[in-house]
Amino acid sequence: MPFQMPDFIPALPEIFLLAMACVVLLVEAGFKPKTLSYNLTLFTLLGVAVLVVLSGSSDPYYTFNGLFIDDVMGDVLKLMTSLAAIVAVIYSRRYLADRNLLNGEYFALLLFAVLGMMVLISASHFLTLYLGVELLALSLYALVAFQRDSLRASEAAMKYFILGALASGLLLYGMSLLYGVTGSLHLDAIAHALHQQGGDNVVMVFGLVFVVAGLGFKLGVAPFHMWVPDIYHGAPTAVTLFLGSAPKLAAFAFVMRLLVDGLSPLHGDWQQMLAVMAVLSMAIGNLAAIMQTNIKRMLAYSTIAHMGFLLLGILSGSLAGFSAGMFYVLTYVLMSLGAFGMITYLSREGFEAEQLDDYKGLNSRHPWLAAIMGMIMLSMAGLPPLVGFYAKFTVLQALVGSGWIGLAVVAVLFSLIGAYYYLRIVKIMYFDTPPADAPPIQGPTDARVLLSFNGLAVLLLGLLPQPLLAVCAASLQLSYP
Amino acid sequence: MDFASVVFYFLAAILLLSGLRVITAKNPVHAALALVLAFFTAAGIWLLLEAEFLAITLVLVYVGAVMVLFLFVVMMLDINLEELRRGFWDYLPFAALVAGLMIIQMVLVLWGRDFGLEAPVPKPADYSNTKELGRVLYTDYVYAFELAAVILLVAIVAAIALTLRRRPNRKVVDPAWQVKQKREGRVYMVNLKPQKPEYKAEDEE
Repeated sequence: MPFQMPDFIPALPEIFLLAMACVVLLVEAGFKPKTLSYNLTLFTLLGVAVLVVLSGSSDPYYTFNGLFIDDVMGDVLKLMTSLAAIVAVIYSRRYLADRNLLNGEYFALLLFAVLGMMVLISASHFLTLYLGVELLALSLYALVAFQRDSLRASEAAMKYFILGALASGLLLYGMSLLYGVTGSLHLDAIAHALHQQGGDNVVMVFGLVFVVAGLGFKLGVAPFHMWVPDIYHGAPTAVTLFLGSAPKLAAFAFVMRLLVDGLSPLHGDWQQMLAVMAVLSMAIGNLAAIMQTNIKRMLAYSTIAHMGFLLLGILSGSLAGFSAGMFYVLTYVLMSLGAFGMITYLSREGFEAEQLDDYKGLNSRHPWLAAIMGMIMLSMAGLPPLVGFYAKFTVLQALVGSGWIGLAVVAVLFSLIGAYYYLRIVKIMYFDTPPADAPPIQGPTDARVLLSFNGLAVLLLGLLPQPLLAVCAASLQLSYP
Repeated sequence: MDFASVVFYFLAAILLLSGLRVITAKNPVHAALALVLAFFTAAGIWLLLEAEFLAITLVLVYVGAVMVLFLFVVMMLDINLEELRRGFWDYLPFAALVAGLMIIQMVLVLWGRDFGLEAPVPKPADYSNTKELGRVLYTDYVYAFELAAVILLVAIVAAIALTLRRRPNRKVVDPAWQVKQKREGRVYMVNLKPQKPEYKAEDEE
């Protein structure tokens, strides 16, 4: 078979990102001013966002011998990933500077993590899926451990590393079994082969179990959720902020590529597995979050519950369900950025605003920040005028549309339970008295302005959800014709 | 059972035993050596599958380079493995039970079922494994190949960022500064007038 020169244009954002990540590394080695690598990182991520828009095509397009796919769903997710990374970088600047972590290696690793996410988002082959996951995970392990003198961060990184390696092992084992059944690593070819053989091959289902278990680990859904609270709690808040936002978009793409692109003929099998995982996640996440006194741990359990809810959208198996899932994950990233951004903003040198008590009477200390945090919490709980409500609503709508009424009822019940601990934060902020010795809140203006926009976006998208909903629906329509 | 199957089962048995030895050996050096044997046997199995290039690479890279380095590290670090493995024998019965059950389940599911693929046809004798691998690696799979390279770069960056400590009072010299030095900066002439030493009578004694 003669070799065809691959078309590099669709991969332009990735190529630019890789080149710039190396530039950041070199700049760090040669120049002293610490803000240079920070500015260069922002410029890179902005450039990636522009290139994603410029290089996108409306029809699914394969290049690199079918290892790389460029479609509208991928482009939207990549755009949002780079924007989320920009926001996370701006929020975390002062936090990093206070802890002497603001240096080029941090930003280079962050850019490599973004590269991993983008590879994952446009993977159409088991090899690229796996390589994307590993690139993302390795960068994140290092970022979690970046605060070297913190015992807690090192422990979290160790746990993350070991469980991540285990998950990769499960994933690879499942992939090798599926390769054994279908004889191909291309997701399209796998779907084709599975379709021809029918769904009754035991080895196939056996491989699927391992793949779904690996996915569960990476997504952090029950019963594979044990790592999430420890890592969210132990990592420096700036890393938690990054870890809890942009990678969720990649995780959504991961599930879509693997289960919908590759294993759609086994739809009936993975639907049941996802249903079990979703219900368990919502139960464990929402119930365990009530017990927490540390806000980072609480938000970690809330992530588990939210990821369970996301699975509900995907398992309904219809285009409406996928689009609801995409809307859900986009809005979740927005809220997660706001919530962790607030923790980062309120932390100062030598002080982490991570206990619930640290938020006592925030309203009397800084009413505007308290209002933003309150809006984000209410949105996470899913109260009507805010975007979280529409996210939950569209997922439930898709679920009921596919006939999973029982599951929808369970989801509503657990959301009600979950509302308790979000409302508790609002109560703490507005009705408790602040400690007498609380210092005045001050932080960089750029982060404060961005936090305000973040909070307002939660409200605005709640009032006018139609444009974003339409974008999600259209992108999936174009990607899965 | 033909000759190839006999060789396969022979090699597989050695591989399993040496793998078991890696985790049960009390002496870390023994464990590392058992791992060498496991790699070598795995290379034998690959050779049986006509994957000559991979087999040779495994021996050269893993047995020849990685494991030798590993042995050095194990010998240099004074690790008390018994300390680390406290509780190993207490947990062993339960762990063995779990593992045994898992094996039984997997065997029950997979036993005797083929994977639905026809056996691959052996390639002719003049077929070059190395050439073929090189061809696909740098053409069809160049994207994955580059990504693997990026992963290695990330590993290097992460390892250095996490372990390199810049201590403020380290006694190191900047090589560039060292090279730039001129004679004038190091040696200078002092014009000392010749003097007659004054001896005292007592010192002479």
